[in-house]
Amino acid sequence: MSEVLVVVEQAGGAVKKVTLEMLTMARELGTPAAVVLGAPGTAAAVAGKLAEFGAEKIYVAESDEIDGHLVAPKAAVLAALIQRVSPAAVLIGSTQEGKEIAGRVAVKLDNGLLTDVLALDADGTATQAVFAGSTVVKSKVIRGLPLVTVRPNSLTPTPSAGAGAQEAVDVTVDDAAKLVKVVSRQAEQKGSRPELTEASIVVSGGRGVGSADNFKLVEEFADLLGAAVGASRAATDSGFYPHQFQVGQTGKTVSPQLYVALGISGAIQHRAGMQTSKTIAVVNKDPEAPIFELADFGVVGDLFKVVPQAAEEIRKRK
Amino acid sequence: MNIVVLVKQVPDSGSERNLRADDKTVDRGSANNVINEMDEYAIEEALKITEAHGGEVTILTMGPDSATEAIRKALQMGPAKGVHVVDDALHGSCALATSKVLAEALKTLNADIVVCGAESTDGRVQVMPQMLAERLGVAALTGARKLTVDGNTLTAERQTEEGFEVVTASTPAIVSVWDTINEPRYPSFKGIMAAKSKPINVLTLADLGVSPDEVGFAGASSAVVDANKRPPRSAGTKVTDDGEGGVALVEFLTAEKFV
Repeated sequence: MSEVLVVVEQAGGAVKKVTLEMLTMARELGTPAAVVLGAPGTAAAVAGKLAEFGAEKIYVAESDEIDGHLVAPKAAVLAALIQRVSPAAVLIGSTQEGKEIAGRVAVKLDNGLLTDVLALDADGTATQAVFAGSTVVKSKVIRGLPLVTVRPNSLTPTPSAGAGAQEAVDVTVDDAAKLVKVVSRQAEQKGSRPELTEASIVVSGGRGVGSADNFKLVEEFADLLGAAVGASRAATDSGFYPHQFQVGQTGKTVSPQLYVALGISGAIQHRAGMQTSKTIAVVNKDPEAPIFELADFGVVGDLFKVVPQAAEEIRKRK
Repeated sequence: MNIVVLVKQVPDSGSERNLRADDKTVDRGSANNVINEMDEYAIEEALKITEAHGGEVTILTMGPDSATEAIRKALQMGPAKGVHVVDDALHGSCALATSKVLAEALKTLNADIVVCGAESTDGRVQVMPQMLAERLGVAALTGARKLTVDGNTLTAERQTEEGFEVVTASTPAIVSVWDTINEPRYPSFKGIMAAKSKPINVLTLADLGVSPDEVGFAGASSAVVDANKRPPRSAGTKVTDDGEGGVALVEFLTAEKFV
């Protein structure tokens, strides 16, 4: 069977969940082969996990140049690898960086590209959700091989041991790939909560939360459920919560098993980012709020009464 | 500084959007077509740069005849002129073909900086800045939440999953921006009046030396096989808090095995 290349996303030596999902997906399409693109030492930290989830081979492309410049070197190395091994398909995470790598590879190889893919069939047919999940599209790359970016949380990753044989890849890139230098990277505190787009449960607060201080209530409830915290645009624009946690048309798209919306009216802007969630629970004091149209379970009430009571009830049951 | 801002006309994300039944392209006929929201932040950033460093802002749009409206709207904010790439053969173009056409148009405009929104609200594909950078051999500083211009050096702060990073490059460069970067101005009455007479240069594929079979359905690198509306979610249980709403919520979460 031909190889299916999976571009590894990792942070600080931890493999991102979307990578494990892609390895799981790749097993159905061919022989999973992970591609590690990063600073020297990256592969050593992630190889075990990649093999655990089925990587038969691990292509290792490590250099300071890859790490010290924005995406272009990664795209150059990946494009060269694709040309060399002619894989059955190439899977990249549908994250900002993943899409950017994919876009450059598509141009380099004049190869069609599909983004935000939820599933990929063996014949190359991809499933995508467009217009905020309101329309489901089946599409195909018709020039080149299936080059797709996979939306996080599209499937459940399952372990399946692979050989994980490492092979070093040539990392020579020309100056055209080194035009944008990374000057510094700063981690922003995010504590122990799961990442928003990868979380199985997301608890979000909206305008109804009322203040940055009150968002502690949202965080507390999220922590009880082991959830990530999100916010509506109304909440981030009002400064209640940082912008990078915004869920919606102009923010993150999430598709967790459970989405809990607290004090969110459900403007289309917000629904665009969360309406493909499997289960939706809502607390809002306005019985006419459009968010109730999506809710599997809704409580019409004051979130400052309902949420503390729910938190207390969860503690009691634990 | 000679700055070009890429503007896309999209169906309003605040109303229902559809794909056309016949060719599965975005249905513009039935939609309320507006400037892609993120592009307004790109226009604002471009205007701020020229206000501080001098120069001129040009709006570049590829789209059907109706996209002229988006260019006029954009010009109301202050840019000097527009360029509209329009050609019947472009209908159905994939991202690769779109980037080819925009790259050719940009070559005629000689920009120091190209600014665009980080994504469009219709496709949300996010690849255009990098595709253009790849084709033009220039730097791409993507997803900026802050941009500093110092001579020909650009420094951008960009949000990442882990925090943020600072990146730098020399002009010519492409910069894409998120809505965290600024607060777009509202057009003034004067701006609205002035926009009516600002020049919009119309370019066809022939003007750009691009063959019709490289774009549209003829040159597409991907194809939509099938498209269906997802059935609307059916609303579930709704209870009014009578003092036990929190308990009811947890009972639901427990039944669904989340607690």
